[in-house]
Amino acid sequence: MSSVRTRSLWSDRAISILSPLVLLGLWEICARTGIVDVRFFPAPSNIIGHLFELASSGALWRHVGASLYRLAAGFVVGCVPAIVIGLAIGLYRPIRAAFDPLISATYPIPKSSLLPLILLIFGLGESSKIAMVAIGVFYPVVINTAAGVRQIAPIFLDVGRNFGASRFNMFRTVALPGALPLIMTGIKLGAGMGLVLIAIAEMVGAKQGLGYMIWNAWELFDVQTMYVGLFVIAIIGFVMNAGFDALERAIVPWRKG
Amino acid sequence: MTVQMSTAAIGDSGPVPAPKISLRDVTKRHDTQLALDRITLDIPASTFFVVVGPSGCGKTTLLRMLAGLDAPSEGRIDIANPQPGHPQNSMVFQGDSLFPWMTVWDNAAYGLTMRNVPKARIDDVVGHYLNKTGMYGARTLYPHQLSGGMRQRVSIARAFANDPDILLMDEPFSALDEQNKTLLHEELLRIWEETRKTVVFITHSVDEAVTLGDRIMVMTAGPGRIKTIVPVDLPRPRNVVELRHTPAYGELVYDIWAQLREEVDRARSREPGSKA
Repeated sequence: MSSVRTRSLWSDRAISILSPLVLLGLWEICARTGIVDVRFFPAPSNIIGHLFELASSGALWRHVGASLYRLAAGFVVGCVPAIVIGLAIGLYRPIRAAFDPLISATYPIPKSSLLPLILLIFGLGESSKIAMVAIGVFYPVVINTAAGVRQIAPIFLDVGRNFGASRFNMFRTVALPGALPLIMTGIKLGAGMGLVLIAIAEMVGAKQGLGYMIWNAWELFDVQTMYVGLFVIAIIGFVMNAGFDALERAIVPWRKG
Repeated sequence: MTVQMSTAAIGDSGPVPAPKISLRDVTKRHDTQLALDRITLDIPASTFFVVVGPSGCGKTTLLRMLAGLDAPSEGRIDIANPQPGHPQNSMVFQGDSLFPWMTVWDNAAYGLTMRNVPKARIDDVVGHYLNKTGMYGARTLYPHQLSGGMRQRVSIARAFANDPDILLMDEPFSALDEQNKTLLHEELLRIWEETRKTVVFITHSVDEAVTLGDRIMVMTAGPGRIKTIVPVDLPRPRNVVELRHTPAYGELVYDIWAQLREEVDRARSREPGSKA
């Protein structure tokens, strides 16, 4: 790698770390000088102080733990069938014919609008929250996996056949690795969608979780707690994305750049 | 369609060995379009057989049928059974055919791995051919980290390492620059001299055909038919660069060009917008 490229990579990284810090600094100044109304926009320093209070009292961890558990469980429940079905759609024409119209008809439905139905079916307990996340994860993963298989160049299938790959090896050495870059894209989109939906689902009929924490704070007009909830969700999203990026670099080492 | 494999005829009184590959009236249609028209051809074992023809004459279709990736519409293809433990054929594909998700080593070992060859043997054979093609030092790299010439060398190593009875090569060097091409011709001939496998090599370059081949089959513009088969009586081992200075080389190139020229002109006259 050239030193010019390395340098520009580093300056890119510096900018992306600095820009949110600058924004927070501006916000702090505006809050302290009274340019913005602190009832709606409390100073970041106050929010962070409140975050530490909630963390040391243990309340925050209880909510974070509940949300992360639902997110992880829903992710697995949505992701695994999505990859299996997506690969099958990509590989086999009749399965594609069967699933394609179902998926394209249900995909545009806003997932949040399914919440009442999900509550009706699964009740107010954990399973309705997990189901919401699973639905959110399922669509991007299934669509990207199927597309991932279909974009594999035909020459790779010819190579597999010419060099004697069995049906199983065709799947293991050609279809799965060939689709993996797009599967990872689907997983990242799906995890983001899962985070959106868990926050919404927890606002209705939950007794803990970050969504509940935000909703409850609104009812009590506890604006600082509301911001703490939003901050923590943003941090979870950021860490999750960084984690998936690292995972992708580890399992898709052939992806350029 | 009939595709079957037969063992070499036994008890034959004649001194002529049974051909390795034998085609009888092989015809291929894509939908209603005739791609290959009644190809009848014998290729003896250990021959470096080169096919030249204008674009769209069905060269690649012919090779894909020999590889078993396509079936003829009519006629039969007989290919002698491979020796035990050897696959019948391996192909060096045109363009990028290395798996982007495998290292150079895993790509070169692919055929052997698929055949469950013991690991110690794979290490031996793959190491040998990566050395021969000068790619051993790059064995842990991925294809996107290599130049086009290096990728094609790995592709050749993959086919040779699989140790097939017949090597099928589909314009393997067409995307490379002149210098790389010359070096790879030398490498290919050097490896081939050691193994003397039956090779069917497709190209549109007359120079390449004469440099490498024992026999050169010129095909007509589509639908592909056999125009002529020219024996190449240049001595082996051949020095790729020296060879070009010899009068025999020049004459062969000239003759084959003359044959091919007619077909290229015919193919052109059929292109849309041409005054024919």
